[in-house]
Amino acid sequence: MWPLIKLLPKKTNVPFVSLARVFATLSILAVIATGVGAVWPGLNLGIDFKGGTVLEFNTGARSADLAKVRSAVSGLNLGDVQVQRFGADNDAVVRFQTPAGADAGVVATKVKGAIASALGQVSFLRTDVVGPEVSGELEWKGLAALFTAVGLMLIYIWFRFELQFGLGAVVALFHDLTLSFGLILLLRLEFSLNLVAALLTIIGYSMNDTVVVFDRLRENRRKYKRMPLRELIDLSVNETLSRTVITGLTALLALSGLAAFGGESLRPLSIVLLFGIVIGTYSSIYVASPIILLWGMRRDDEPARPIGPQPANARAIPKP
Amino acid sequence: MLALSRWKVILVLASAIFGLVFTLPNLLPPSVLEAAPSWLPHDKLSLGLDLRGGSYLLEEVDTNALNQERLTNLTEDVRARLRVAQIVFSDLTLAGQKVSVRITDPGHYDQAFKLLGNQIGEGLPGGGRDVNVRQTADQHIEISFVPQAARTAAEDAVTRSIEIIRKRIDALGATNPSITRQGANRIVIEAPGESDPERLKAVIGKTAKLTFQLVDTTLSADDMKAGRIPPDDEVLPSDDHYQEAYVLKRRAMVDGGMLTNAAGSHDENGSPNIAFAFNGMGAQRFAEATSENVGKPFAIVLDKRVISAPVIRGAIPGGSGEITGNFTEESSHDLALILKSGALPAPLHVVEQHTVGAELGADAVKAGQLSILIGAALIFTFILLAYGLFGGFAAMALAINGLMIVGVMSLFHATLTLPGVAGLVLTLAVAVDANVLIYERMRDEVRGGRPAMSAADAGFRRALVTIIDANVTTVVAAVIMFNLGAGPVKGFALTLLIGVLTSVFTAVLITQVLIGWWFRAFKSKTLPIV
Repeated sequence: MWPLIKLLPKKTNVPFVSLARVFATLSILAVIATGVGAVWPGLNLGIDFKGGTVLEFNTGARSADLAKVRSAVSGLNLGDVQVQRFGADNDAVVRFQTPAGADAGVVATKVKGAIASALGQVSFLRTDVVGPEVSGELEWKGLAALFTAVGLMLIYIWFRFELQFGLGAVVALFHDLTLSFGLILLLRLEFSLNLVAALLTIIGYSMNDTVVVFDRLRENRRKYKRMPLRELIDLSVNETLSRTVITGLTALLALSGLAAFGGESLRPLSIVLLFGIVIGTYSSIYVASPIILLWGMRRDDEPARPIGPQPANARAIPKP
Repeated sequence: MLALSRWKVILVLASAIFGLVFTLPNLLPPSVLEAAPSWLPHDKLSLGLDLRGGSYLLEEVDTNALNQERLTNLTEDVRARLRVAQIVFSDLTLAGQKVSVRITDPGHYDQAFKLLGNQIGEGLPGGGRDVNVRQTADQHIEISFVPQAARTAAEDAVTRSIEIIRKRIDALGATNPSITRQGANRIVIEAPGESDPERLKAVIGKTAKLTFQLVDTTLSADDMKAGRIPPDDEVLPSDDHYQEAYVLKRRAMVDGGMLTNAAGSHDENGSPNIAFAFNGMGAQRFAEATSENVGKPFAIVLDKRVISAPVIRGAIPGGSGEITGNFTEESSHDLALILKSGALPAPLHVVEQHTVGAELGADAVKAGQLSILIGAALIFTFILLAYGLFGGFAAMALAINGLMIVGVMSLFHATLTLPGVAGLVLTLAVAVDANVLIYERMRDEVRGGRPAMSAADAGFRRALVTIIDANVTTVVAAVIMFNLGAGPVKGFALTLLIGVLTSVFTAVLITQVLIGWWFRAFKSKTLPIV
């Protein structure tokens, strides 16, 4: 039976709305858990936002003697220095904060010198230094970017749909952002600029998915004037279900390749994106639409005239 | 919509050819590319530093130090002007951001005020002078910089620093470094390749203020310890092996600004040193100073640290000499090139550094290629399995889309970064979404009772609004991301942005033309996806 799309039932009748209460509870619990997680254990800020230095080095044929590195670096009065193995035995990562008032670049050079003289032959694969001046700016810029993105989406939704749709979309958006954030907390991922980029992408995707469902909902509202809202929502979600599933699967497939083979530094980004796609899909079904149901939708003053391109031979309206 | 107007077909063919021609340089081996005729594009995708290896440095001009130095110079300037005019003064002090002086003779007060008002400070580009001169109580005159002056000075310092850094990096032999100004007081240096980042940092970051100062030999060690230092002396730490610090006359005999040449060299024992030569004025001053002080030691001072303190054996008339010190081959060579490039107007601090080794970059390129290939293969397989023939059409559109993205990026010299690779993968998935929306719409229309051709047509027409709607959100997110920040994330935003724009085009137009042809060729009464 090929193509596979023929296997999908022509018409699905999943009673999404009736399950909304259960999922809403789950969502609320997850959001609360994220809130707790944000306080404790809190966000694992990377050097982009916290400032500091990360050095990755390789010791060639020999395995890296981390104890030697620790004792060499401890003489430099840097406070808390983390020394960890990174993947292979001959690969290690050193992280530390720049002491207040010191030149971040100079301190990094000193530490590299200390490591090199302790271990002999080492090659530094990666050096990332972010001074406090820059990390402060990035923190502010990252937050500003997230808020601007959400704000612009609001304006867009406001233009595109009526208020109650907008509300649903916004709640879904915050839901997705919060839970993606929750995943970052749960996996103790280092919060970096890359992850802010991932969150921004998720905002875009979540919106995209919601808009597709809402577009159909709005269309169906005009088509089936007397259908109760619950059924209308179920119908619209069911009608867009195959698209939701196929698009979601495509994105998941592509990104799973990235997560598996894209290397260490892209892994957090791809994991958060993968999660964001799942959650974005879920939220357009279980968060955005139920909010509309909760809020109610004004339908009485809706003009009978269909808006937008309609075929001249409009189909007969089926009885609800 | 499926009626194939000529312009649609032309557009589709043109875009496919465009994508192919501009992507080709990235795929051909270098030898073939060189042999290709010159009218063909030769530009390749430029890889970000995280993929090709190299260093990104963000340096900040130390505006506090710059300001302090300007105030010190202002104080000395006031002293010199008043002395030349033979006006007696006292109480010349620098407090906070203000220089103040008391004119002893009330009869000279107005004259001194006029003199300072006319001669102190410098003109501003927008007109006016960069200092305020005010009369205050008890025959005092107060001088301070106008607020605008600090900004002008910082900008000027950045401009001069960029020139000097460029000289230094060029002398070091880095390949294609890019040095750009960022904001009011920052400089971005991007140096691709395997050059040692720490050496680069050291060469860039040295202020390199070189002075030759006499050692004050009249002071005993006890005086020095007790801190009984005359006001025109200063104590500077030393890097030679003889003394930890020296007491020096503040006034420099000669300074590095008068150097015309410096080069790494060797002394008679073969140890590395630096040979230097002064310009005419420097040579004259150096000759005078050395002939007056035979038998006394003088110190060669670099950035407030004594390199060495040789004893003057006799007058040095020619204006050339050697600096000895604790040098290695590399450090003498580097210091010579730094001295030759001149001193930075103010100290620079590294506020951000990202260095990726070439090896790691190559690994990242491999991983990136692999994940793009696997991602694309998975998408192609899935879409073919899901939609059959129409899936094949979508896959073709997707392939052309990929070519167009790479083509556009090569054409505009956009930089592909590691997160950009993720953006590329994501874009492929988003591109498929447009086709999914179209095909699902077609299926709806068929279910609604339309014949195949009309359903296909309506599918394209009615999905278009949704497609545009859905992509606007991604564009908004990408634009914000682009403004957010640093190189790699910018790369992600850029690929996403270019990808979304090309994907709407290819997914809608190319599949449309392909399906149109298919209908014309096979006169099918059903859609293969229903």
